[in-house]
Amino acid sequence: MEEQSTKPTKKHRRFWTWLTASVLFRLILIYFPQNLNLSSRPEVSTPLTSLRRLAEGYWLKQSSMSPYAGSMYHGSPLLLSLLGPLTVQRIDGLPSHLLCSLVFVAADVLNSLLIRATGQTLQIAYRQSLKSLDLDMISETMETLPSGDIAALIYLWNPFTIAACVGLSTSPIENLAVMLALYGACKRLVPLAAFGWVMATHLSLYPIILVIPIILLLGNGPDTPRQLFLLRRHAYVLLLCGVSVKQYGGLWEMFTSMYGFILTVQDLSPNIGVLWYFFAEVFDFFRNFFLIVFQMNILFMIFPLAIRLHHRPCFLAFVYITISSMLKSYPSVGDSALYLGFLGWFVYELSEMKFSFFLFCVYVGVSLLSPVMHNLWIWRGTGNANFYFATAMAYACLQIVLVVESVSGMLNHDRKLRNLSSAKLQDGKS
Amino acid sequence: MALLFLLLRPILLLSLFYFAPISQSQSAAGEDFSEELLLRPLPDRKVLAHFHFQSRTPHSTSNGRHHHLFPKAVSQLVQKFHVKEMELSFTQGRWNYDQWGGFDPISSNNAKPPGVELWAVFDVHHEQVDDSWKNLTHALSGLFCASINFLESSTTYSAPDWGFRPDSGSLRYGSLPREAVCTENLTPWLKLLPCRDKAGLSTLMDRPSIYKGFYHSQRLHLTSSKFEPEGGGSGIVLEQTLTVVLQPSSQRTGRSYSHETNLQPSWSLTSIFGRKVSGRCVLAKSSIVYLQLDGSLVAELDSLQKENKISGADKYISEGVGRNACFEVSVKPDRVLEELKGLEKKNPSVLYEFSVDKYNESRPFDLGLTWKVPVAWSCQKAPLHVSRFLMGSGNERGAIAVSLRSTELTDELLHTETSEGRCKLEVKVFQVVPWYIKVYFHTLQVYVNELPQAVSDVVEKMRVSPSIDKVSPGVMEMILKFPCGMKSAAITLDFDKGFLHIDEYPPDANQGFDIPSAIISFPNFHTSMQFLKDDSTDKSAILSKFKENSAILAYTEVLLVPLTTPDFSMPYNVITITCTVCALYFGSLLNVLRRRVGEEERLEKKEKEPGLLRQLLFKLYAKISGRPLEPVESTSTSSSSSRSKLWFIILVAGIAVFWQVYYG
Repeated sequence: MEEQSTKPTKKHRRFWTWLTASVLFRLILIYFPQNLNLSSRPEVSTPLTSLRRLAEGYWLKQSSMSPYAGSMYHGSPLLLSLLGPLTVQRIDGLPSHLLCSLVFVAADVLNSLLIRATGQTLQIAYRQSLKSLDLDMISETMETLPSGDIAALIYLWNPFTIAACVGLSTSPIENLAVMLALYGACKRLVPLAAFGWVMATHLSLYPIILVIPIILLLGNGPDTPRQLFLLRRHAYVLLLCGVSVKQYGGLWEMFTSMYGFILTVQDLSPNIGVLWYFFAEVFDFFRNFFLIVFQMNILFMIFPLAIRLHHRPCFLAFVYITISSMLKSYPSVGDSALYLGFLGWFVYELSEMKFSFFLFCVYVGVSLLSPVMHNLWIWRGTGNANFYFATAMAYACLQIVLVVESVSGMLNHDRKLRNLSSAKLQDGKS
Repeated sequence: MALLFLLLRPILLLSLFYFAPISQSQSAAGEDFSEELLLRPLPDRKVLAHFHFQSRTPHSTSNGRHHHLFPKAVSQLVQKFHVKEMELSFTQGRWNYDQWGGFDPISSNNAKPPGVELWAVFDVHHEQVDDSWKNLTHALSGLFCASINFLESSTTYSAPDWGFRPDSGSLRYGSLPREAVCTENLTPWLKLLPCRDKAGLSTLMDRPSIYKGFYHSQRLHLTSSKFEPEGGGSGIVLEQTLTVVLQPSSQRTGRSYSHETNLQPSWSLTSIFGRKVSGRCVLAKSSIVYLQLDGSLVAELDSLQKENKISGADKYISEGVGRNACFEVSVKPDRVLEELKGLEKKNPSVLYEFSVDKYNESRPFDLGLTWKVPVAWSCQKAPLHVSRFLMGSGNERGAIAVSLRSTELTDELLHTETSEGRCKLEVKVFQVVPWYIKVYFHTLQVYVNELPQAVSDVVEKMRVSPSIDKVSPGVMEMILKFPCGMKSAAITLDFDKGFLHIDEYPPDANQGFDIPSAIISFPNFHTSMQFLKDDSTDKSAILSKFKENSAILAYTEVLLVPLTTPDFSMPYNVITITCTVCALYFGSLLNVLRRRVGEEERLEKKEKEPGLLRQLLFKLYAKISGRPLEPVESTSTSSSSSRSKLWFIILVAGIAVFWQVYYG
């Protein structure tokens, strides 16, 4: 053990330097926001996560109207009271939304720390299970791959994360809620998990499907009435929201303007998903049918995945997040930042994943081509909508390949482990 | 009383039929109609012609549903939809506030935004106002052959609170900037007049000449006092005006070119309309033509005459107008009226009155004005010059800016108020923005003298109703207070451009979308012109209209916003490709999940198992060798030796075949 303790400290130091470097990098980028103009990129800020819309909602609230009065703001009232006051305060000589940016940077750092802690927990658990299977030689190779640190650094240095953080979208906070839920579940902290899940669901609705991995994670946990607890939490959050929006029109207005907006895809402005163009082009009498089909598509795969991957709840959560960020109504790069970070947890398990180089290349290609096509279409008027939509299609295909390959890679890995252990058992017998 | 009416009715009807001219005196208590035309030379060598027709009907039900003069369609409209007040205008061209005046009753009442503008106040419960409005738009659409029914959609009309008119409870306002105005709108409008365009002043409306003009605004204003509890007694008053700005074709008289540029063009009714007035409309109570000279023009003429040392500065007011040194009016006016000096008016304007009664077919009325001396003047302008424009490029976002520039007039007018201490110039802005222009109201910025100001310092009062996608437009009403010495001010608002469904784009989607005009009004300033002290102004509808205190307002430009278009030609491709991607996801993920380890291993085992042919061979071999057939399952356990023997046999057979093929 003494030998090992020196190595981790060295590793730790490296991790902390990279973390500080990423924070510094972000701060530098925040200081030149005018040159980047990331906050108006459709890839970064969707109608749900745009801070500009939040500021508009806060302004409406301040002028004693409902923040949902127009169809500008569709976020949570809690976010409004958290970030709203910060959007108004300006410090002379500094970028206008500096305080908000600092909040997002803090959320990102916290996210990465949670990812790291969760990854370490996962790794320890994995090693223990390997030991119980007497597969020590695999666990030794794993020592060299600190998956928690890798995941955290992937998250921190992912250009998508940086864009979402610097581009003033609220997705770091949504990601933080998801991370809190997963971390709490991993550490068997039921209240934290419940809080995180409820907040994530409240903020962006789609994390509601994470209830399955969280329950599976907590499955062997203390004998707490989990479901009941979750319900109670939800009631608390609703109460909070109710208090904050009561004077403007009540909860029903909040529901229609948040979840109704998400589910019915009212805003057809371009984003990196495929639904905006689909619903801009589809005939009106098919609209409801396709709305149901696309939203149900997320739900269709929940139970098959849960059955096959019930022994790996964290991986299940990763798959769910990837699927929902692919098929959700208003996806942004902030969502993909989260699941790409999670990918780091399974760096050993998925080391034999197929098409990984191809996926990387397409990621780079799409993230470079998408702004170009958008520029051609919107700003220069020389391209047309199909150009941009093509990159969105490529991005969707990419995510599909990622999901399919990672699931099959994980299943193959498990199969290999089982074969190894059974072979060992046979060896032991013989 | 009713009995008396019943008895009198035949007599009234008789008198109407047999003594049509006399009937006016009879119907004085009842319906009446008057026609007037106001002509005014404009500083930029153009002529303003303002037709004013007024019909009035009392509310007595004595005639049942029938009217003598009043258009039945309009009275039915009022009764059916309980319209308290309504104004509909069809306009082409923009009123030039700098050149044609921005501070007189005509500009404040008759300068309208391009296209169709409709507002109406209803006398119904506030829940039914929207329904009444929708019905009204359809009725008017049918009545005027225009697409006013587009105002039915809740995305096009708005309910201003105080920004448009001070007392607007159940008011609805809508405008269609794109609507093209044509003769097909004028013909139904003329049908509402008792004489149509067959007699009277309306015969002047020669279609080619009035549509050739620079500005053309046809307006219908309706006031009904029926539903007021007091009952003002005026009944329904229908006011139809047509305001045109025309360029008189210059009559060349062989003067030198340089001189001609300074000299105002001379004109006559025949030269600007191509027609003459051949008598009045016999049903009209009065039929009067006015020629108005602006206050500043009169002052200019005064000074010119003083220069020329012509004695009697007010000669042009006297009866001998024809002898005036500066200009000549071809017809001798019946009366010359001078505006009574108001508080803020320096230069009174002058009105020449011509009654058309005396003229007939054989002796048509043709008013002409001939300038003798070059004269230059300028009209009285609004306190601030208003313009609105778009900022930014690209199809994603932009900003609307309203810029206000002070005119010379502002300083003069505000001198009186500066003595009171804190001098503030109030400006009211009313702006309707369609929903696909998503305005961020928190980005409102105010600049005074090109320096940014805190919004709370300038904005006195503000009411915003933000737009809801596909439901309602955004409405902004605000009162700004500027310091008096201000030279220029600007307000800007950022917006994002929306993306529409392909069905929501008009056929010419790439032309862009219009943002209707904003209305900038100046609550501190009112204009009125009073020409007569006594009550005889009642005789003339146009003069009594001038006497009313009307607020100064200005309409801004209509903005054209280009929006991004999707590809209209490929909805099928998009649907099929997207569905394919979804199917790809679903199918491949399901395939991965469905594949089971055990199954695969079994499959592998099956592959390892001998095939059918080989089993047959085995059977054959067993029979030949005379040994009993072993169960296939046991082969795996039985021996590796039998398998190796088999492999050996196959190898030998292969070599034999190879040998045969190669060397045979």
